[in-house]
Amino acid sequence: MSDWRYVKNDGGNGHPLRRFVDRIKPTFSEGGRLSRLHSTFEGFETFLFTPKEVTRQGAHIRDAADLKRSMITVVVALMPALLFGMWNVGHQYALATGEHLGWMGEWWFGFIRLLPMIVVSYAVGLGIEFAFAQIRHHDVYEGFLVTGIIIPMIVPISTPLWQLALAVAFAVVIAKEMFGGTGMNFLNPALVARAFLFFSYPTHMSGDNVWVSAKHFGDALSGATPLGEIMTSTAPGVDGLLQNMSYSMMDMFVGVIPGSVGETSVVAILLGAAILLVTGIASWRIMFSVVLGGGLMGLLFNAIGANAYMQLPFYYHYLMGGFMFGAVFMATDPVTSAQTNCGKWIYGLLIGAFAVMLRVFNPAYPEGMMLAILLMNCFAPLIDHCVVAANISYRKKRMK
Amino acid sequence: MPFSRENPITVQVLGICSCLAVTAQLKPAVVMAVSVTVVVALANLIISLIRKTIPPRIRIIVQLVVVSMLVVLVDQVLKAYLYDVSKQLSVFVGLIITNCIVMGRLEAFAMSHSPLESLCDGVGNGLGYSVILVSLGFIRELFGSGSLWGYPVCEKLGLYAAGYENNGLMVMPPMALILVGVIIWIQRSRNKDLQEK
Repeated sequence: MSDWRYVKNDGGNGHPLRRFVDRIKPTFSEGGRLSRLHSTFEGFETFLFTPKEVTRQGAHIRDAADLKRSMITVVVALMPALLFGMWNVGHQYALATGEHLGWMGEWWFGFIRLLPMIVVSYAVGLGIEFAFAQIRHHDVYEGFLVTGIIIPMIVPISTPLWQLALAVAFAVVIAKEMFGGTGMNFLNPALVARAFLFFSYPTHMSGDNVWVSAKHFGDALSGATPLGEIMTSTAPGVDGLLQNMSYSMMDMFVGVIPGSVGETSVVAILLGAAILLVTGIASWRIMFSVVLGGGLMGLLFNAIGANAYMQLPFYYHYLMGGFMFGAVFMATDPVTSAQTNCGKWIYGLLIGAFAVMLRVFNPAYPEGMMLAILLMNCFAPLIDHCVVAANISYRKKRMK
Repeated sequence: MPFSRENPITVQVLGICSCLAVTAQLKPAVVMAVSVTVVVALANLIISLIRKTIPPRIRIIVQLVVVSMLVVLVDQVLKAYLYDVSKQLSVFVGLIITNCIVMGRLEAFAMSHSPLESLCDGVGNGLGYSVILVSLGFIRELFGSGSLWGYPVCEKLGLYAAGYENNGLMVMPPMALILVGVIIWIQRSRNKDLQEK
């Protein structure tokens, strides 16, 4: 491939921003006054302009999509769920209070509620990433762009900001930097942040009083998620269970139900999934196999049918809670998932199966997706090892 | 130096089990730390004194008998003078018998060194174990229960009124493991000799 695109993306020396960046560059380069902040500068420069440096030797695949560009694509794919989630926050508030806001007003209500969480998440996370980059003298990697937007989307809207900040700090330091930073972590940092909140402050993370935002920041109104309703339902049989549910299947599919901001709308998540699949950023094998695994487990429970929850039609598991969000955005994290194609199938199938199993069997945790993904994150390297070893022995046998 | 460079917990990674189990609060952690220090020091001394008469083939059994005797003594003392804490520590006092640090020091050091050296080695390792245990107990009780040695620090400071809450993860054993990991991380980044090539 020719190098035309690099020449074209040179930034154009005439651009005032480019000229400014070029002028201050020597200050941050080696020997400059602020050379200690080199990686901070570099991070912002490549955020603004495609870097001029190209691989000169050794690499045989050349593409304009570097880490920063693929991360931005994931953020774009998250947008439908985020924008819808903002509207839903306001909508749930309006439903709970009977206040009339209009759909723009509802969206604005949610936007104002969510904005501080996003700001806190990015400020804390990027702050730590930049600090570590300075200490370790490497460039700032872009992994946190996605993590920082996902974290506010998977926690209840009423989560206090200081708890969110603590969780983000814990996730970035313990799950990521401790193991060497971006690309070295074996657990999904966003899920670690959620798990931290879940186990540290359980009263803010589950139950019926955290999912619907109240007028004041940090306060919440009562409103049960579908999973919560099933958990506490005492109605006999699956028919009673479904009749007692306050939400229709259509509600759950579109996403006008209480829940974490990003997870409620299956439609918006599928839109994001389409973006990820068309651009080839996320693995279709993982997405598909997670859904398949959850479905198979649901069908198995239907066949056993020992209690009402087991008899629940399997497709309900897709609609409730964070199953689809996890399948599309969390399980497919290229760093923490299995790398081999066969391994991806095993990894995905087990995530889906475990998520449904945890939901049905564990009375302590209404939602199983987070724990299922974290568990399989731990096993992903082992799965890969087994797949590679099996392939080696298969080929050895063929040689004989 | 068994205190830092050869710390039994952070460098040799021994005695993790009790370290996770008893450090949710400061008081049991301190009592446990003292008990283990006493046991490992005295066991080292006794084994070193009789090391030449122990037949090599049954040395582990002899060591176990000595350690068990000391642990029973410690247990009785705790029951007599610190009944509450002894209740809290429950089986973990008894489990000092199988604590890897004690057995490890006996096998690796006391069997081949003079009584005085062995006593010092035992005290040193006990202190190395203690410093980690006490710091874990301090951090976990302060952030997990908002108190220190049973004294409600956070309440007195008025933190709850300001919206602060105790961290539930801190009182769970996994957090002790994570904290040990953090201590190891800090120690290794300060002391490059400890890093594997």
